[in-house]
Amino acid sequence: MDTILLIAAAIKIAVFIGITMSFVSICVIFERRFSAIIQDRVGPNRTMIPLSILGFKKDLALPIGGLTQPVADGLKFILKEDFTPSYVRKFFFWLAPVLVVVPALLTMAVIPFGSPMEIAGNVIPMAVADLNVGPLYIFAIASLSVYGITLAGWASNSKYPFFGGVRACAQMISYEIALGLSIVPVLMFFGGLNLGHIVEDQVNNGWLLLPLWNEGGFIISSGYWVDPQASIQRLLLLIPIFISFIIFTTSIFAETNRMPFDLPECETELVGGYHTEYSSMKFALFFMGEYAAMVVGSALIVTLFLGGWSIGFGIDNLLPAGAWWVSLLHIGVFLGKVTFFILFFILVRWTIPRFRYDQLMNLGWIVFFEAALINVFLAALVIAYPSIGIVGVAIGFALLITATILLFKIAKGSLEKPSATAV
Amino acid sequence: MAIVKVERPKLSVGEKIYFGAIFKGMVITLRHAFWSLVGKTAGAAELNSSGVGVTMQYPEQKWDDQLPEYYRGAPALVTDERDRERCVSCQLCEFICPPKAIKITPTEIPSDNEWAKIEKRPLEFDIDMIRCIYCGMCEEVCPEQAIYLRPDYVITGTARNEMVHDKDRLYEIGGKRVGLVNKWNDLK
Repeated sequence: MDTILLIAAAIKIAVFIGITMSFVSICVIFERRFSAIIQDRVGPNRTMIPLSILGFKKDLALPIGGLTQPVADGLKFILKEDFTPSYVRKFFFWLAPVLVVVPALLTMAVIPFGSPMEIAGNVIPMAVADLNVGPLYIFAIASLSVYGITLAGWASNSKYPFFGGVRACAQMISYEIALGLSIVPVLMFFGGLNLGHIVEDQVNNGWLLLPLWNEGGFIISSGYWVDPQASIQRLLLLIPIFISFIIFTTSIFAETNRMPFDLPECETELVGGYHTEYSSMKFALFFMGEYAAMVVGSALIVTLFLGGWSIGFGIDNLLPAGAWWVSLLHIGVFLGKVTFFILFFILVRWTIPRFRYDQLMNLGWIVFFEAALINVFLAALVIAYPSIGIVGVAIGFALLITATILLFKIAKGSLEKPSATAV
Repeated sequence: MAIVKVERPKLSVGEKIYFGAIFKGMVITLRHAFWSLVGKTAGAAELNSSGVGVTMQYPEQKWDDQLPEYYRGAPALVTDERDRERCVSCQLCEFICPPKAIKITPTEIPSDNEWAKIEKRPLEFDIDMIRCIYCGMCEEVCPEQAIYLRPDYVITGTARNEMVHDKDRLYEIGGKRVGLVNKWNDLK
């Protein structure tokens, strides 16, 4: 029995890291093709499988050309000269790219990719580690990647990478607060931190952002309204959950240094940012780390807010639980949702211009931090309604509004007013 | 000039939250991407687009009908009205060529040839198209109007020696040019 679990764990580690890495390359090809289409170009569409170097007569062209472009990109990175400038601090210079990639891959461990599979009487969860502290583990490990970026900036021993490193450090620490606070309402609602259980809850009671069905049936059927108070409470909870979703998604953008918040590597100001001095595979590791963080971020958003691997609409419960093909189908659904989010990341990148650094900090500390904090209490009021009654909720709500107004007044007052003479 | 003081516009609450504007922006981007994907971008037809965006995909699609008449591509040798090779092997082009792409091996025209009074012609005339920079100095310097830059621009090969144009290839590209100054009209 233990051997089966061990073998299953080994297979899961290999497969899920493989999936993450292949998603990184899928991200790259999507990014290049999608951005090309947005900009009226074609993008890389010619890369073939070069059978001719193996002695075959013709290269094999794929139906949609360019699908092998990430392979070519990767080969290019490996074969390029790996140049280490003489003035860098060598040990940390070499350590930094690894510190960026490893946390991004480690965080993948707790994401449930599919529904549990039953093999020889053992129920095997489709996550490498089915931890009871899922999101906390992700935050703890993901915040380590800031060391990689900061070390890269410092070890490069040159101006622009240093600025990039400092910016990344400040930005990631600032947004981690909003990130952590924004999912408190979600965790309060589920009453647990196990991501697998969170997804199973969403299978039965509707996705967090889409509570259109519960154990009784669809929203239009009478089964949904067996307990009308609970149903109304669930729908009211959509307001704090939606605020959570927006803050969480935006913070993920900031954490992964994606476009509206990619100040650590903004090329108009900082040449290449923290990876200016890096070349070849070491640069590729930064690149992979960034995209892997994006994949994990999307996976986390999907798991928490959009039902993870569930197909939704009550279909999951009709399928035989534990069958291998159901598990695989669920993995497919999950990856489809993640792909959708990756496309969303790319769309945002080519839509929203970059923030100014003080705007970024204001957004993090003055808007999102406060909003996330107030949101926690808002969700608490909705959840506590059955036990404190309508009067308690009314008093709480009045207090919350007063606190909100005061908080934003103070926050706004702390902003430096641009003086009239300043240009 | 009068100083015009520009006031910052007053934003409404909806504009300050700006999620609406971001959403609108994403819709605009998506719509543009969709029209680009189906090949309906503005100007796609005029620019001879391949079907995505405005891009023409080069080796399959070419725009040779837009090539100007004076376009100067690969240098090539020409023959005159009577199919006589105009080059007299003076080697001026070989000497002027900045990247030293031209290599000429001269030879004497045997006395029993009808053009024997010209005395010399090239035995071999090689232009290394890897070296050629298309400057046109060979054309400028040629006293016999024997070498011209032709509109051919697709000079490709998979090996270095394929990129060296020998005499046959040069005459094939150059062809016959008529209506030029002819010093050697008379036979001997």
